[in-house]
Amino acid sequence: MTEPLLRVEDLHVEFVTEDGVVHAVDGITYEVAAGRTLGIVGESGSGKTVASMTTLGLTRSQGARVSGRILFEGRDLVALPEAELRAVRGNEIAMVFQDPLSSLHPFFKVGWQLVEAVKAHRDVSKAAARERAIELLGLVGIPDPDRRVDSYPHEFSGGMRQRAMIAMALVNEPKLLIADEPTTALDVTVQAQILALLERLQRELGMAIVIITHDLGVVAEMADDIAVMYAGRIVETASARHMFASPEHPYTWGLLKSIPHLAGGREEELTPIPGTPPSLIHRPSGCHFHPRCPYAQPDHARIDPQLEPVADEPHHHAACLLESQLRRRLWAELGSGCTPEQAREAVGLPAPPPHPERHAPAATAAGEPSGPVPEVGL
Amino acid sequence: MSAIEPVSQPAPSPGSAEPLVQVRGLVKHFPLTRGLLIQRKVGAVQAVDGVSFDVRRGETLGIVGETGCGKSTTARLIMRLLDPTAGEVRFEGQDITALTGSRLKAIRREMQMIFQDPYSSLNPRKTIGATIAQPFVIHGLLEGKDERKRAVQELMETVGLNPEHYNRYPHEFSGGQRQRIGVARALALKPKLLIADEPVSALDVSIQAQVLNLLRDMQRQLGLTLVFIAHDLSVVRHMCDRVAVMYLGRIVEIGPGDALYDFPRHPYTGALLSAVPVADPTLRADDRELLSGDVPSPANPPKACRFHTRCPKAQELCSIEDPPLEDKGTGTEAACHFPLSREEVAEIGVRSAR
Repeated sequence: MTEPLLRVEDLHVEFVTEDGVVHAVDGITYEVAAGRTLGIVGESGSGKTVASMTTLGLTRSQGARVSGRILFEGRDLVALPEAELRAVRGNEIAMVFQDPLSSLHPFFKVGWQLVEAVKAHRDVSKAAARERAIELLGLVGIPDPDRRVDSYPHEFSGGMRQRAMIAMALVNEPKLLIADEPTTALDVTVQAQILALLERLQRELGMAIVIITHDLGVVAEMADDIAVMYAGRIVETASARHMFASPEHPYTWGLLKSIPHLAGGREEELTPIPGTPPSLIHRPSGCHFHPRCPYAQPDHARIDPQLEPVADEPHHHAACLLESQLRRRLWAELGSGCTPEQAREAVGLPAPPPHPERHAPAATAAGEPSGPVPEVGL
Repeated sequence: MSAIEPVSQPAPSPGSAEPLVQVRGLVKHFPLTRGLLIQRKVGAVQAVDGVSFDVRRGETLGIVGETGCGKSTTARLIMRLLDPTAGEVRFEGQDITALTGSRLKAIRREMQMIFQDPYSSLNPRKTIGATIAQPFVIHGLLEGKDERKRAVQELMETVGLNPEHYNRYPHEFSGGQRQRIGVARALALKPKLLIADEPVSALDVSIQAQVLNLLRDMQRQLGLTLVFIAHDLSVVRHMCDRVAVMYLGRIVEIGPGDALYDFPRHPYTGALLSAVPVADPTLRADDRELLSGDVPSPANPPKACRFHTRCPKAQELCSIEDPPLEDKGTGTEAACHFPLSREEVAEIGVRSAR
């Protein structure tokens, strides 16, 4: 295999706060090949955004303690001096953020902001930079770009602002685009437009994309490969096809069983993950997921699982202490509509030791409600 | 409608065939003014513009649509949190748009609302016990202190909160737990109608399912009628018996969830359903027909059919004559001169059919 465009190795990012050390990213390793799309999925506080900001050196000013390596075309970005990193940022790696309104300066015309971005990296005349700005606005599908270049951000709709942000990221035709929840603030029809735009640009410009999202639908549409993050770690990586067809980590199962499907209908039952995501200051011992995992065993609170290859699937890794064969049987049971408890019994796995997180009390049994019944009179 | 689950509802008063809520020709225009001292009216945001529908007893009616389509305004009009510009809202046959004082208060007791943001909808300075007891205070019920506390703790248990946490403050709870507090508060008075406005869109995926299951359980147990407002079409599909699709202040299509998702007739419904990303890479749609442009401003909506400016099927007629909402023979009512055919539904990549 050729050298990947980006290789993150054992990256740790910590922030020292008054309450303690926040372990935002806790030893993650992943690769992105040129022209490919990696989807990073996780809930709030899983460290997915911090990991990507660190790639661009954007956590440096916030006093983050960073260790590990981020190799971009062989150069280690963690060790790179700020001045050299600045040449990479926005030039070879660019980023698109969630909220297009707060990422554009409201005082300045969109075109002016694009011209600044062009001139920051290229020694060109103002007129040439403006030409380039108009060309970019056209490329990202903004109608009438020679007129729109003189608009202010508030004159753009949410979707057009996100297009403008993407235009700004493309100023220097980066090799890697990091898109952090690029469509979360947008309506569904506009989201579809932006995702289609990213796919078209990737085809035309041959760039690699890292898309960070909580939306499993978005990664299923966009990503070639997927990494699932939980509590600062990657718990599973696989091709998109494998991740949805044969996931190996109980957290991934939990996510897939939590979302209703568009074709699901009223009868579909959701199985939520009990409890809440952990604090990144006081993380659970052993496997970080064990307090919420319906398949946890007593020693899972002690042993820290490593991301290991899954049997027969070379590019599929999972960090789980259960045996691979057992996990496959569990997933097969879950896939046939079993609850986690039924699946556990079917494969003969003992019930997990009691933990308060797992006992998020379910709603009381059906029947006459126990609530107060004040007489209602009109 | 057979899709409606049998509910163990205490037998409703005579005439139970009558819908719980009847909305007729509801209009809400927010005036746009100019000038500092002397404000001149220069136009109006037509947030809701002639909406009619029923909410049947014991059903869940979903309202979907994009930002600015008027779905939240409709909810607030049903609750009388806003006064309509025109039209009427009948609750159990009684027009509530003109009610005032004690009669309005009595009606409000029958309907409750759950809001989107579990962080800003709870008073940070009040214990959750006090927050959940507030409806009793407002309506002067359960005067005894112990009685009230017991009622609140029973409610907390019903929604899956630990009753011992009675004296804790909202910041001590996670987002999902806060939404449970909101549900407990809404259920305190045993309302007949519960309106949930984007109740899970601020929650993480793993927590979202907890709250959706809670709402479904509560509905089954208490025989509640639920109006469920959301922009997430998969969540609406999961929760609702019937679904109304709104665009620029109007209902463009309404019908049973199965019919609407299997065979959308309005091109806007079709566009929404084909735009939803589906969590299955094997169903990846490579060339979907995407809706171009953005939603026009509700201050200046297009004439006649409001969707004609973006509609792939629009003809001249669509910009001249407003299509009425009418039965299209496949289970749903749609407001369209040229409804989608089966072939077109397949062509635009709608992946919601089972």
